[in-house]
Amino acid sequence: MNIMIVGVGGQGTLLASRIIGAAAINLGGDVKLSEVHGMSQRGGSVVTYVRYGEKIASPIIGEGEADVILAFEQLEAYRYISYLKEGGKYIVNTQKTNPMPVITGAAKYPEDILGKMEKMGISVTSCDALALAKEAGNIKSVNVVLIGVMAKHTNISKEEWEEAIKQTVPEKFLEVNLKAFRLGYDA
Amino acid sequence: MKKLMLGNEAIARGAYEAGVHVVSSYPGTPSTEITEFIAKYDEIYSEWAPNEKVAVETAIGAATGGGRALSAMKHVGLNVAADPLFTVSYIGVNGGLVLVVADDPGMHSSQNEQDSRNYAIAAKVPMLEPADSAECKEFTKKAFEISEQFDTPVILRVTTRVAHSQSMVELEDRKEVPVKDYTKNIAKNVMIPANARPKHVMVEERTKALSEYNSASDLNKMEINDTKIGIIAAGISYQYAKEACPDASVLKIGMINPMPEKLIREFAEKVDKIYVVEQLDPVIENYCRSIGIDVIGKEIFTLIGEYSTELLKEKILVEKPAEPMKADEPIPVRPAVMCPGCSHRGVFYVLSKLKLNVTGDIGCYSLGCAKPLESIDTIVCMGGSITAAHGMEKARGKDFARKTVAVLGDSTFVHSGITGLIDVVYNKGTTTTIILDNSITGMTGHQQNPATGFTIKNEPTRQVDLEMLAHAVGVDRVVIADPFDVDNFEKVVKEEIAAEEPSVIIAQRPCALIKKAGYTGRYVINDKCKNCKMCMKLGCPAISLTENGPKIDETLCVGCGLCPNVCKFGAIERA
Repeated sequence: MNIMIVGVGGQGTLLASRIIGAAAINLGGDVKLSEVHGMSQRGGSVVTYVRYGEKIASPIIGEGEADVILAFEQLEAYRYISYLKEGGKYIVNTQKTNPMPVITGAAKYPEDILGKMEKMGISVTSCDALALAKEAGNIKSVNVVLIGVMAKHTNISKEEWEEAIKQTVPEKFLEVNLKAFRLGYDA
Repeated sequence: MKKLMLGNEAIARGAYEAGVHVVSSYPGTPSTEITEFIAKYDEIYSEWAPNEKVAVETAIGAATGGGRALSAMKHVGLNVAADPLFTVSYIGVNGGLVLVVADDPGMHSSQNEQDSRNYAIAAKVPMLEPADSAECKEFTKKAFEISEQFDTPVILRVTTRVAHSQSMVELEDRKEVPVKDYTKNIAKNVMIPANARPKHVMVEERTKALSEYNSASDLNKMEINDTKIGIIAAGISYQYAKEACPDASVLKIGMINPMPEKLIREFAEKVDKIYVVEQLDPVIENYCRSIGIDVIGKEIFTLIGEYSTELLKEKILVEKPAEPMKADEPIPVRPAVMCPGCSHRGVFYVLSKLKLNVTGDIGCYSLGCAKPLESIDTIVCMGGSITAAHGMEKARGKDFARKTVAVLGDSTFVHSGITGLIDVVYNKGTTTTIILDNSITGMTGHQQNPATGFTIKNEPTRQVDLEMLAHAVGVDRVVIADPFDVDNFEKVVKEEIAAEEPSVIIAQRPCALIKKAGYTGRYVINDKCKNCKMCMKLGCPAISLTENGPKIDETLCVGCGLCPNVCKFGAIERA
């Protein structure tokens, strides 16, 4: 299973990949994660990878190899379509964050990204994760809302996902995150 | 017990299990977390040093004193520490000494793409290269054994994809290793020429012995499958090779200096042809050719950037990948930017407004070169800002110096900026230096440093007083100013660049990502906005231009309060 998490630095993609990693370990097979640290984290386009299965060599997912892409932002979803496997699934947060070239007027934010992706035959499940994160009580929990949306489409049970969240998220943020997960799961 | 671990965390675990006593490092992506994880083990003394040279020297001292010692750094950090490295190779060790160097192929977070394997060859020290987290831990422990067995420092080399990937690691207990006896040994430890000459002879003998050891070592793995294709690889390239060509025979090299000559010859006997798969320089390839083994290497593989499974499939198996889906319109890039609330933004807003020449340095503030501020003229290396401005003044004269400032962070100033400032004072320069004092080492993920007043374990300690330090080296004009008070900051900069003597401006405001900044709430733009776009000049990622004028993104604004300071119409207010 190859899962890519794409988003904007600061959106909590790292925590999301670690939750998926924790859930994957509990399946008993091999797991590899690849993360992004340092300069590229500062508001830039970020990608993390989670791979699990019987035996995993490379921690990186190549073009056309992702079973699931979890996109935290629309433009970032659009950027990585070449990585989706045929028949793969996209989970997209409808949130939009302007990159600096759009802010300075040097480029335009593409219109109707989700519509265009669907026209290309991509299976897209979209969700306003920001609204649900607010409902959960913390706008920072967008990442866990999206895990909830994705969870329904995996062979890992709801309880196992909740266990993985408990293992990964610090105690004081656990309640908000479990609420965020359930809101995503039921969305 | 098995645990999913970052490569860097596994190196820390290896150091713990190996009974390491002392760790001294300077942060640098992708190596930083090694020392951060080590700091969580109370059994190990750990510290952040002012720079990598100091860190390695401290580790050498600890090893000479009989302890097991480690220092971790990024590839360019090893440049800073190269001086002690080349000589400790001659001296050897008492307790084991391991230097960890993290290379960054693809330059995810670096200013160059150097291949640090060349250092192992040049300094004649053994180098190990793990390919996943389990090996990160095992090889760290092995490195200490080799260090003590062969009386040599050992370098453990990782690359970004190993350092920052997580995979399964089997945890073991720490094995306490007593600190060895220390006895004075001038012939071994004092590298004057008379002592160094016989040492060089020993180093060459050591290299031969290590090559023999390497050929018989379990650090390497020979996997004979289909013998039509043989691949020699190390580190992350091994993983790509296994993914791309699961049926090929592979020689995975764990100790990449000195090379396992016998093993390579044995492998060459077994396979029809050999591809050497290695990112960056042709280190293994050149070695194979030097011992008369014909290999395919850089004639088909690039010297530049990261490799991938697809690249190997294409080059070795000549498989063309299926045409991937592509958008039929340009997708705007999303480069890294200074965060909303970044304390540096006020500084670069003023420097950009005054159209000054700005010599820059290494840190988050290097992003001050990006649009719309486009403030920075040069960036070379850690501490290179003040000296660049000084050199420009000496080439172009005082008028140019009056339109030039050097900018660098607090941690970078302590790292190696201070020596540049001394150069300015001593050699009668007039450079204006702006120290961006954000109370933390920012870019690498918020480490303490000598100017923050806290140790790696967050214990309070004596803080380097930057103002007193600048005075002490002979700078009379030292001003502390808040970069968010943009009118005053502009006035200060104008005064200091006009001065016919060296001056230092300490731009003091904490990084927006640390608690000390204390930002809460957010700002909105009200109907007093005249759409003058002054706020857009800040390049804040939270402010975008819409059809109805500038708008502040509620999810990004941290409430830092900089934008109301540049609005002339009072149109930006707290939400």
